[in-house]
Amino acid sequence: MAEKDSKDTSRRSFLHDGLWGISMAALGSLAGFAFSRTAKEKTVWQIDPYKCTCCGKCTTECVLALSAVKCVHVYAMCGYCELCTGYFDPDPHELDTGAENQLCPTGAIIRTFIEDPYYSYAIDEDLCNGCGKCVKGCNAFGNGSLFLQIRHNLCVNCNKCAIAAACPSQAIKKVPADEPYILKQVG
Amino acid sequence: MMRRKDLLMTILGVILCLTAIAAGQTRRFPPPDFQSGYEMPTTETPPPDADFYEYIAVAVLAAALGVGTYFIFVKRSRKYAWALMIFSLAFFGFWRMGCVCPIGATQNMAVSMFDPGYAVPITVLIIFLLPLALSLFHGRVFCGTVCPLGAIQDVVLLKPLSVPFWLESSLRLLGYLYLGLALVLAITGAGFIICQYDPFVSFFRLSGNFGVLAIGGAFLIMGVFIGRPYCRFLCPYGILLRQLSRLSKWKVKISPDECVKCRLCEDSCPFGAIRKPTGEASSEELAARKKILAVLILLFPFIVLAGGFGGSQISGLLSRSHHDVRLADRIYLEESGQVEGTTDESEAFRGTGESIESLYELSAEIQAEFSRGSWILGGFIGLVIGGTLIKHTIRRNSDEYLADAGDCLACGRCFEYCPRERLRLSKLQEDKQVLYG
Repeated sequence: MAEKDSKDTSRRSFLHDGLWGISMAALGSLAGFAFSRTAKEKTVWQIDPYKCTCCGKCTTECVLALSAVKCVHVYAMCGYCELCTGYFDPDPHELDTGAENQLCPTGAIIRTFIEDPYYSYAIDEDLCNGCGKCVKGCNAFGNGSLFLQIRHNLCVNCNKCAIAAACPSQAIKKVPADEPYILKQVG
Repeated sequence: MMRRKDLLMTILGVILCLTAIAAGQTRRFPPPDFQSGYEMPTTETPPPDADFYEYIAVAVLAAALGVGTYFIFVKRSRKYAWALMIFSLAFFGFWRMGCVCPIGATQNMAVSMFDPGYAVPITVLIIFLLPLALSLFHGRVFCGTVCPLGAIQDVVLLKPLSVPFWLESSLRLLGYLYLGLALVLAITGAGFIICQYDPFVSFFRLSGNFGVLAIGGAFLIMGVFIGRPYCRFLCPYGILLRQLSRLSKWKVKISPDECVKCRLCEDSCPFGAIRKPTGEASSEELAARKKILAVLILLFPFIVLAGGFGGSQISGLLSRSHHDVRLADRIYLEESGQVEGTTDESEAFRGTGESIESLYELSAEIQAEFSRGSWILGGFIGLVIGGTLIKHTIRRNSDEYLADAGDCLACGRCFEYCPRERLRLSKLQEDKQVLYG
């Protein structure tokens, strides 16, 4: 009986050690294989402004309570129009800064008079919720100098971006962290 | 007044459209030549956090695993282990906001195995491998002391109820199913469900959508009575750790001294990981078990096949979780006139000008992948069910109370209950004082 026990034990420990070795080797080769493919640089999520359709999901799908997606403005592309279709409601009562005349639901666009007949438009990112209404307006009749971008001072860089999962035009992709923005180009 | 504005806007619109066409879609209004000396501001581009923070997270993970092993295996102290767990909850949970964690990294690793174009950052690779490698030596120290998802459930555990063994074993299948499903969906490119439905990450971030918060809340309420429900019944990474821990070189022991079978530790484990001594089996029982085992081994291939067949039946349903398959379906319905109107997705697709045929082809390719994947997924589940049945048929004799190597989360609770352990740690003097004043 004792002999049988010790035989059992040694067989079991042989099996155990064998499986242990196999597991170790599997982990090692997994590490080696994955290491050969590891990215040399970190990546972050970004919106391709040329693919974005301003559907408004960025406002609601981001894991942050106030979305990390904000409207950004490439000033060099802007026409500085008095009648900005990104700023004004399509049916304004007056062309002034009254809330009822603004397209932005949170009043995040700051309109400043520069000289006749030009006005500058800047985004207050603390107010912007990334809904893209102004972007749609600017694309429709303006130069398209307003567009949505993920702000990396806010983004928590989720393993899988929740907005990317919901984006109808699959406009959100991984970009290298040293070039984290896709700004529209003048031209 | 209103009408005049309307008219004004319409006229402006028409003029603008014409200008747009003339200007070739861009730069309808050239930037003005300012006379007042106004300078255009540049667009701000705040950079992401430096890699530095990720390397810190890796270093802290390695240190925490080392310290946790020391606390559980050398110091053998629940208090120290608990303190480390709280630190991990604060650091990996609330400060690092739960990302990147080894549980989610499982998906990244799977994708990188199958997609040569997909690269995993080196930090993610290390975060995925460290706890697995440690489990081959010291079991699930990661689960008990380092994982923030485990920690948040552990702190709410106030009134543990015991789960019957049959229920525990059956519910555990959910974890295998979740792991398999997550891998299939990740590899086919449908999404990362482990991250999407992570129940606690929205607590760590103190924000999140209602659905995920509700799931998390339900887990925490359940967790008051059932020890760590996510870890035991769902965690996909826990499955990997469980299997490797069964092979670990050093296993967590209730006491390193001889067990006196006093039964005091019997109910100490809220995770149902303590196995009672079995005693010697009667020869009738052994014979009966042998018969069952023989039948099971004969049935085993059929269980796997049946699983695979079952899996293949849900292939169509699963493939609908992929964006491109859903899009192709929608476009088909729109094209054939079965639905009216468009969705954001179909409009965006038509906006790209890509051909519908190539979308259908892509969708068919993805569906073929899903068809293969769901056979494998089903077969895997069959394998697990067969394996579990066989495991429970084989009787392993033991004459002492033991922590099951796969189930034990290395939390250190049972150490406190064992009188031999208290004697060893010379805590009996304290006990006397408590008992007799």
